[in-house]
Amino acid sequence: MIYLNGDINDNGAGRTVVDVLVQLDLAPDARGVAVAVNGEVVPRVSWGTFTIPEGACVEVLTAMQGG
Amino acid sequence: MAVAHTDTTTLTIAGRTLRSRLLLGTGGFPSLSLLGEAIRASGSELVTVALRRVDPTAQGSLMDVLEREGVELLPNTAGCFTARDAILTAKLAREAFSTDWIKLEVIGDEDTLLPDAPELLKAAEQLVDDGFTVLPYTTDDPILARRLVDVGCAAVMPLGAPIGSGMGIRNPYNIALIREAVQVPVVLDAGVGTASDATLAMELGCDAVMVASAVSRAQDPVAMAIAMRHAVEAGRLAYGAGRIPRRTYATPSSPHEGRAHFN
Repeated sequence: MIYLNGDINDNGAGRTVVDVLVQLDLAPDARGVAVAVNGEVVPRVSWGTFTIPEGACVEVLTAMQGG
Repeated sequence: MAVAHTDTTTLTIAGRTLRSRLLLGTGGFPSLSLLGEAIRASGSELVTVALRRVDPTAQGSLMDVLEREGVELLPNTAGCFTARDAILTAKLAREAFSTDWIKLEVIGDEDTLLPDAPELLKAAEQLVDDGFTVLPYTTDDPILARRLVDVGCAAVMPLGAPIGSGMGIRNPYNIALIREAVQVPVVLDAGVGTASDATLAMELGCDAVMVASAVSRAQDPVAMAIAMRHAVEAGRLAYGAGRIPRRTYATPSSPHEGRAHFN
């Protein structure tokens, strides 16, 4: 189990960042997207290899309208 | 006071030259197509975006609109209450948008959305050390503005009034003092309600004006975007031209000599 953008997710622990992006209907190389796991940035180059630990807080962020 | 030049349009921040002195926030537009139209009408080349959780149900892509309009992105750290959160958000923005530029906002409370000065200064210093080009949203305090520049900020963005308040420039004397206190661009940010507020900012010596709600929440955002473009240019021209001093009594503009005597 992980927390994916605040929601409990049972298909993320032990998977890569790319696996989780696909669950959010994002391309593995989605532009304008950044990922943090447990408060640390996961660089784009590591998305294919970084394994998400059990219980992690995963934030997948993108550009939104804002001042 | 140093008047650099009377160029009404070209603005240089951290070595990047922009052809417009108007920065546009993308927040509050009722649709992405209206946002695109307003960007075009404003002439702005630098627009702010926030970083938020991906919404798989979102309609349309903000990134596509901004790419189509050919504008540069200035990500912000809106919604951050601590230096720690703002720094992490800035790093995520750098990763997402491949830019070192960050509009740094560290907010003190939900009601006023006023900057938290100690946290802002701390975040600014750490982000500059980490290679960011930092444009901090700050209060209209000239001393804080100077401290932000001392730690390496590329510009300062003092508020005219609280975000979204449309209250204009509540302390024009402080804005003019900030202009004198720092050698980096001063971008009036927050509080602009209508075109004359933007003109006043430029007349006070600001190098640029950032508007969001004033345009996006206007009844006709595209018309207001055009108004803001002209307002910024008019204010910049007037600043360079040099206004006449204020006087209590009238000074005739027609000559005294040669007047007729009718009786």
